[in-house]
Amino acid sequence: MRNALGAVRSVLVLGGRSEIGLAIAERLVRDGARAVALAVRGGRAPEAAARLREAGAAEVHELEFDADAPASHAAVLARAAGLLGDLDVVVAAFGHLGDQAALEADPVAAAASAHTNLTGHVSAGLAAAARLREQGHGVLVVLSSMAGVRVRRANFVYGAAKAGLDGFAQGLDDALYGSGARVMIVRPGYVRTKMSAHVPAAPFAATPRQVADAVADGLRLGWRYVWVPSVLRSVAAVFRVLPRSVWRRLRR
Amino acid sequence: MREDAGAGRRVLLSGWGRTAPTAARLARPRDLAELAELVARAPERGVIARGLGRSYGDAAQCAGGLVLDCADLDPGFRVDAAAGTVTASAGTSLDTLLRELVPRGWFPPVVPGTRHVTVGGAIAADIHGKNHHADSSFGAHLRSYTVVTGTGEVRTLRPGDGAPFWAGVGGMGLTGVITEAVVALRPVETAWMRVDTDRTPDLDATLDLMARTDGDYHHTVAWVDLLAAGARTGRSVVTRGHHAVRDDLPVRARRDPLRFAPRVLGAAPGWAPPGLLNRWTVRAFNTAWYARAPQRRRDEITPASGFFHPLDAVRGWNRLYGPRGLVQYQFAVPFGAEPVLRRVVERLSAARAASFLAVLKRFGPGTPGPLSFPQPGWTLALDLPAELSGLPVLLDTFDRWVADAGGRVYLAKDSRMHPELPARMYPRLDEWRAVRAEVDPAGVFRSDLARRLDLVGGGGSR
Ligand SMILES: Cc1cc2nc3c(=O)[nH]c(=O)nc-3n(C[C@H](O)[C@H](O)[C@H](O)COP(=O)(O)OP(=O)(O)OC[C@H]3O[C@@H](n4cnc5c(N)ncnc54)[C@H](O)[C@@H]3O)c2cc1C
Ligand SMILES: NC(=O)c1ccc[n+]([C@@H]2O[C@H](COP(=O)([O-])OP(=O)(O)OC[C@H]3O[C@@H](n4cnc5c(N)ncnc54)[C@H](OP(=O)(O)O)[C@@H]3O)[C@@H](O)[C@H]2O)c1
Repeated sequence: MRNALGAVRSVLVLGGRSEIGLAIAERLVRDGARAVALAVRGGRAPEAAARLREAGAAEVHELEFDADAPASHAAVLARAAGLLGDLDVVVAAFGHLGDQAALEADPVAAAASAHTNLTGHVSAGLAAAARLREQGHGVLVVLSSMAGVRVRRANFVYGAAKAGLDGFAQGLDDALYGSGARVMIVRPGYVRTKMSAHVPAAPFAATPRQVADAVADGLRLGWRYVWVPSVLRSVAAVFRVLPRSVWRRLRR
Repeated sequence: MREDAGAGRRVLLSGWGRTAPTAARLARPRDLAELAELVARAPERGVIARGLGRSYGDAAQCAGGLVLDCADLDPGFRVDAAAGTVTASAGTSLDTLLRELVPRGWFPPVVPGTRHVTVGGAIAADIHGKNHHADSSFGAHLRSYTVVTGTGEVRTLRPGDGAPFWAGVGGMGLTGVITEAVVALRPVETAWMRVDTDRTPDLDATLDLMARTDGDYHHTVAWVDLLAAGARTGRSVVTRGHHAVRDDLPVRARRDPLRFAPRVLGAAPGWAPPGLLNRWTVRAFNTAWYARAPQRRRDEITPASGFFHPLDAVRGWNRLYGPRGLVQYQFAVPFGAEPVLRRVVERLSAARAASFLAVLKRFGPGTPGPLSFPQPGWTLALDLPAELSGLPVLLDTFDRWVADAGGRVYLAKDSRMHPELPARMYPRLDEWRAVRAEVDPAGVFRSDLARRLDLVGGGGSR
């Protein structure tokens, strides 16, 4: 159960090796979470699990999860619930950035990327939401992105999927209204992780730790959107109204 | 999305603090048979009784399960003047009891800081009032109560039944649904109180005054201004009183001395912006309130409703805390642990935490309920906005001090403590769990509180 100040008992991370996802889980463990399940490709994430145990988690489970296999997602959620009991927080952290030029040159690879970044979240998100609705409480934390607020030339394959994901997450939250469960949409800008290491840092870069702290604040205060850093909320407002002629020429 | 089947309507429920709402089905059984049937067919996620939702946290919630509101049960209201008892259904509010009983010359044995709690909630939390030092808690005045256990059995328990009776007193609804109780009453001549008021300059003076004079009064309480700092830290207004007798009253009031007419000034607005109650607005309030209180006043004759339930004059005041709600923190520490009390007050004052008047009281002997909160010593209760930054760490620190001192946090008020703590604070938790396992072998009675704090054992995961 989430307590009045946002601390929880259990956390499931879909994409359990994600640097951001792990930082969130670690922060929640430091705030009192006892049990974490890491859902990863291959079913094993020993280093990530060790890190969470070190932070104080009493139980850390590892289980198989492939975002690209929607048919398996309901079963993954059921397994996680079998291991953890109530799912207090589910973090949907999986994703794939890729190299924009390469994706543009390879339509099949681009579609696969969009499949992970959008389709995978649709099925996993709905499967998670069904569980949370049934248990009458819980928060689904969706890693959206500034890239989806207004899609840019520089990463539009990724950005388009994030825009789709963001819209999906908003709709899902509305669908969950009154169910006791809800969706929290996280919109970081640039975060240096293994995913983004190959692209130059954008202004207002953040660390996984900062994302985690903002998510913890959001859980405590019941935010629907979490911008990291928070100034991005205003930046986004500017982005939305920039004329296309300017927007098109943005380098990153 | 799919609507699942089951008894009752699906609703979002939260406690008086309005934090951490969860969804459950809510049913209002009309009679004992219906109630027993609902318990017998409890959904997998469990069932819990709910009174008027005046516990601050998640005690009367059961996410994904069934919540039973006993308000529609036959009130079964009977006064036995010879025995000095009242029989009432668990859904009866203390407000109703007061309105019915006071004009007949009786007073409930214990009333909390609000009239809007039910008899069921009063038993399940073993509530205390300003008379705890003299009269102990609600459970001490129970002649019997009737409960539907986890097996669907209807049992009437008396103090003589020992463990099963006491497991439900302070048992937070986890040993069954209470349907009716027989409660011993106090005879009163009037609906008025004779009250002495003293303003104390600091915490030491407050503790000293209460320790010296508690024995001379039936009801005592201190309201502490936690925003006062420096030499004024812990300054308080101490009110102590007795039920007034007829001759105490002004002539005008003697004609109808038992008239009980609580005043409602109005309702708080339905919505308040976040941050309305901040350190500045609250400090202004506390200061004005302290300044208004007399330095020393004796034998003031005042209506019982105002003395016991000043907050009830403003309906829904909890909404003033805005959408993020409030956290109430109430702990008790044994006599001798005054330094802990002092440290808490000093830390709150230093943190400039926007706490409205905190309530300080001395507890007398407790009841044998293993999870009953009151124990001899001091208790302090304070409200804080949930959005206050640094609150989790602040309260975790207090928890540690309190547990180390052999004290405890009140489960009916809790909404945020860590699950390792109840076993330390309530050393008889295992004894209570054993009784619960007998009366509810399948574990059908479950609440969000029980899950969050793992009260019933098993990791609190379901
Ligand atoms: C302004 C204010 C002042 C207060 N002052 C005091 C005080 O001075 N002293 C004090 O002790 N408390 C005080 N309280 C707390 C309050 O008295 C308790 O939380 C009480 O239990 C609330 O009763 P309720 O009917 O609202 O029960 P709820 O809050 O609905 O439920 C509380 C618990 O009782 C259980 N319960 C309710 N009905 C039944 C039933 N029929 N059978 C079995 N279990 C049941 C629930 O499962 C739950 O665990 C105060 C609360 C407020 C809001
Ligand atoms: N970094 C940023 O700048 C940034 C900014 C905004 C939003 N985000 C979003 O934040 C989330 C986490 O990103 P991150 O920075 O933590 O990157 P990361 O460390 O690379 O984590 C992404 C994770 O997704 C997993 N994943 C990819 N495809 C998968 C699949 N098909 N099935 C299962 N797991 C899959 C990866 O698993 P493997 O370990 O098996 O490869 C990887 O662990 C992503 O959704 C990302 O889009 C990131």
